[in-house]
Amino acid sequence: METILFNLIWVIPLLTVLVCAPISASHEKVLKALHATSATFVLFVVCVLTYRVYALSGTPTDEAAAPFLLRFFTDIPWLSAFNAHYIVGADGLNMLLLALTAFIVWAGVLVSWNIKGNQKVFFALIQLLATSVYGVYMSFDLVLFFVFYEMEALCMYLMIACYGSGRRDYGGKKLTLTLAFGSSMILATLFGLYFEGGVHSWSIMELSKVTLPMDFQMWAFPLMFMGFAVSSSLFPFHFWSPDGHSAAPTAVSMLAAGVMMKMGAYGCLRVAMFLMPEAAKIWLPYVVALLIFNVVLGPFIAIRHKDLKYITAYSSISHLGLIFLGLAALTPVGLRGASLQMISHGFLTGLFFATIGMIYERTHTRDITEMGGIMRKMPFLGVGFVLAGFAGLGLPGFSGFIAESTIFIGAFQQDSTLTRVVTILAILSITTTAVYILQTANRMLHGNMPAKYEALTDGCLREKLVIVVLVACLLFIGICPGWISEILDQSIAPIFAKISAAAVPAVGG
Amino acid sequence: MINDVTLGYLILLLPLFTFVVNGLFLGHKHHKAAAALAVTCNGLAAASAILLAIHYFCSSFAPQKAILFEYEFIPFVGELVAKIGMLIDPLSVMMLVVVTFISFMVNIYSIGYMREDRSAGRFFSLLSLFSFSMLGLVVATNLFQMFIFWELVGVSSYLLIGFWYHKPSAVSASKQAFILTRFADSFFLLGIVLVSYVVGSFDFSVLNSLGLAGFKYDLINLGICEVKRSTALVIGSVLIFTGGWGKSAMFPMHIWLPNAMEGPTPVSSIIHSATMVVAGVYLVARLFPFFAICENTLTLIMWVGAFTMVFAAVIACTQKDIKRILAYSTLSQLGYMMFALGVCKIGQVVAVTGWTASTFHIFTHAFFKCSLFLIAGSLIHQVHTNDLDAMGGLRKKMPLTYVCALISILAISGIPPFSGFFSKDEIILAAFQGRHYAVFGLALFTSGLTTFYMFRLFFLAFHGEPRHEGVKAGHVHEDFAMTLPIVILAIPALLSGILGKGLFEKFFIPGRLHVPQLMRLAHADWIPLAAVGIAVLALLIAWFLYASPKAKIARALDETNRSGLYKVVYHKFYFDEMYYTVVRQFIFGGVARVSRAFNDIVIEGLLAFCIWFIHKLGNLVRTAQAGYLPFYLGTLIIGVLIWRFFGQLPL
Repeated sequence: METILFNLIWVIPLLTVLVCAPISASHEKVLKALHATSATFVLFVVCVLTYRVYALSGTPTDEAAAPFLLRFFTDIPWLSAFNAHYIVGADGLNMLLLALTAFIVWAGVLVSWNIKGNQKVFFALIQLLATSVYGVYMSFDLVLFFVFYEMEALCMYLMIACYGSGRRDYGGKKLTLTLAFGSSMILATLFGLYFEGGVHSWSIMELSKVTLPMDFQMWAFPLMFMGFAVSSSLFPFHFWSPDGHSAAPTAVSMLAAGVMMKMGAYGCLRVAMFLMPEAAKIWLPYVVALLIFNVVLGPFIAIRHKDLKYITAYSSISHLGLIFLGLAALTPVGLRGASLQMISHGFLTGLFFATIGMIYERTHTRDITEMGGIMRKMPFLGVGFVLAGFAGLGLPGFSGFIAESTIFIGAFQQDSTLTRVVTILAILSITTTAVYILQTANRMLHGNMPAKYEALTDGCLREKLVIVVLVACLLFIGICPGWISEILDQSIAPIFAKISAAAVPAVGG
Repeated sequence: MINDVTLGYLILLLPLFTFVVNGLFLGHKHHKAAAALAVTCNGLAAASAILLAIHYFCSSFAPQKAILFEYEFIPFVGELVAKIGMLIDPLSVMMLVVVTFISFMVNIYSIGYMREDRSAGRFFSLLSLFSFSMLGLVVATNLFQMFIFWELVGVSSYLLIGFWYHKPSAVSASKQAFILTRFADSFFLLGIVLVSYVVGSFDFSVLNSLGLAGFKYDLINLGICEVKRSTALVIGSVLIFTGGWGKSAMFPMHIWLPNAMEGPTPVSSIIHSATMVVAGVYLVARLFPFFAICENTLTLIMWVGAFTMVFAAVIACTQKDIKRILAYSTLSQLGYMMFALGVCKIGQVVAVTGWTASTFHIFTHAFFKCSLFLIAGSLIHQVHTNDLDAMGGLRKKMPLTYVCALISILAISGIPPFSGFFSKDEIILAAFQGRHYAVFGLALFTSGLTTFYMFRLFFLAFHGEPRHEGVKAGHVHEDFAMTLPIVILAIPALLSGILGKGLFEKFFIPGRLHVPQLMRLAHADWIPLAAVGIAVLALLIAWFLYASPKAKIARALDETNRSGLYKVVYHKFYFDEMYYTVVRQFIFGGVARVSRAFNDIVIEGLLAFCIWFIHKLGNLVRTAQAGYLPFYLGTLIIGVLIWRFFGQLPL
């Protein structure tokens, strides 16, 4: 029963699209009600299943899924011509990411209620996007994984190009082409894995049982890692994200920054680092050098920007850099911190983009120098933005602090000079983060209000609900981080075991 | 009988409850209900704290450290577990009483002060968050918990200083306070990460029982250099102290505190007396044995404190804004507390006098400073300006306030038998016993300055002829809700010194020190006499300049026709301007600008180049496929010729 429910997670959004297909686009209310119901239902299912994963932790899991501790495991042969299977399952790590996705999709549907243009197509695209993201997080077969991974960039392009604002054509193309570039790197290494692995399987579990040849790993790991890192906007492949976010409609920004950008980091951890741990040990200490841009310079760039979405995009770039710092630490605490940061940043940036979208709907500008004092007219949205800001600057009580402190402590355990230097710089950068967040909040919400904003109204019930739920998630993780650390630790244990068992050859390359 | 654990929960959760209920439900419309709830809950918390203190100090067993409750928050590696708990020892119990009591008084006062404010509900909510954060910090059992509440204190001060968010000056002051303390906190966090890595624990009990001998001399890679494990610990202790350095607004990170006066006066009162700025001193006091393992750290603490003490007192002598004078006096008093902790080590021996004196001064200072700020608020409420220009002659209009102000000012000046005398005397004595004669001299000198600027304020505000139209016309009265806490606070401002002395000398020793023998040092009888003598002299000078029949008030209040030196002091040594320049030119105009330029020019440029290159390549291939037959024919002929002469294609 639970396994069926689990498989339904990615099927329901697709079904919703099919159900809505015959309904005329003029019945907007019916369509929106259907989509909202479907998103809420998936959210409910995912929450129940997440709770089940937590409640079941410690009990034996499916043998076939070893070394991972997977629940709801399904393995069905799919494309027999090249031995591709339909393999899905859930451990703590991807279950939490699925929960994050469900929340963001739900919030995304609600915030796009009044989107201009063909609403039928827009909501169908959101659901398709949701399907692809769910699919990526669920699948343990590389073909399936890659199919879902590709689907997402295309949906994203259509949504930005058709429903975006500003330079939407440029932003959409930039985003999609850069992501496609990353995907091409991933695809190349996937074929390598299939043939070099010697087992002719696409299953992550099967592939993990062999040690891949070192000379293959040495070129395949950086290629695959960077391919994934493109979507997590690791320097120097971050350039798509500010333009893409600023052009995208609110829901797409939320989904892109909230869940899609985590897919890259998730892929790095689950596929690249797990399957090629020897090369990871050699290469990752150098990857850390790239983070100086993400973590240290990112906030400084955000200080100089005036467009709310650009500020948030650079803030995301710096926060995602911390994920890679946790990954590169190669310690259990670091990996847990990275996973926590993926989840925490998803909620936080979702809240950020949601409030920005709501404010933009009213003020029709995102330039903070044109705004001022709007806290008086929309206290609820203002407070939502400030709370997102506090979560972003790592205030205790919110999830960001938990994730960041775990990463810092985890990364400091890694005894490599470069990692230490970057960790120290990252810790000191919390001040810069505070600078751009407070500067933005102060300029936009406080001070004198231009007369043209006299008529602004505060958020409606639907908008307030989105803000309340996202803030509650941030607070929940921030105040009781124990349970989430526990299930993350269990799912990271096999990955770390594989990494720590990997012997790095003296003459690697 | 309620047991200690229940009391502990009550003390912490009542303010939190107030914050949540007022913030979510009552804050928007029901201002009176919000105020009533805040006063009731904070009153109950204060009562619980006093009950706990009585039970703790009067119980039959000698007071010792106890952890009332502790929960695991997040596990890290091995023994390194972040916990949230409640530590009870003389220091934390004393702070609990001070914080809850002051918070109670400030809440009562705010009923009057915020009566006409539209956002009073939000105010009462945030005020409770502030005291909750401070209480959580005070009872912390480990560094991680301390940092959590440390940050919460920072953010609640940000929200309160910028409470009137339509005032640009308040908004920028709150931002400055938050960012400057955050800057210090980043070093604090780095220190926590480093120390927890070296020691493997966050717990105060572990950190406070460390000795350097226990550390093997293996090397630790700090990125820039490799250091010995023991050196890393010392670096960590300095980094942790940096957190306190910023929070307690010690020089040169002091500028946020006077600017934070933009907030409502009750906020200034609670920030300066019981929460926020004392946190830095409290951190050093709490971790004192840890800091004491390295003499250099203590010396640093001593000089930072001593310099701030003199520096702030000098500035205070020239200011005209009544709240700023008080702000600089807080800085100066914090300097006293800080350096008292630094003078404790004498050679290899740790003397407790300084530690006891410092904690004693936290205690006494809280009452009179809170009272002084509330009085300042009352005056401002009457004349609607902070400027001494507009005050004067308020003695007859506000008799109760006048008497209470006199008590508190005598207390801060260190005149016996008022409370400040006892604690300040001990601090000066500690400096003398520690053979830090330079600091000792500075402390004596500063106590004179303190008396001078406090009485300057007193005479200019209360004596002389009224300089404000409203006061002349008699539109001045004492508000009951605002005067009551002032009167109540005058009692501890008067008595806490006499009554507290015995308690502090008996119970307040800084935990388990790694130095087995604590030195007992002789009391030099001439020191209190000298201190009082200097204070009385300063009082007379102040009277002569500002209150005697010959005093030229107009001349005293005029800052334009002054010598250059006076102007430099009046402009606070131009530190605000220096900060402004550094931040504008170096951070915003320098690093941030270069980063953005690097991104926009180099990275986007490379991208544009790639796009251009692909376009060109596409064009090249496209023209080759244009269907132009002579081109195809030409290529064919050239190809055949190459094949003919080279035998193969030149690839």
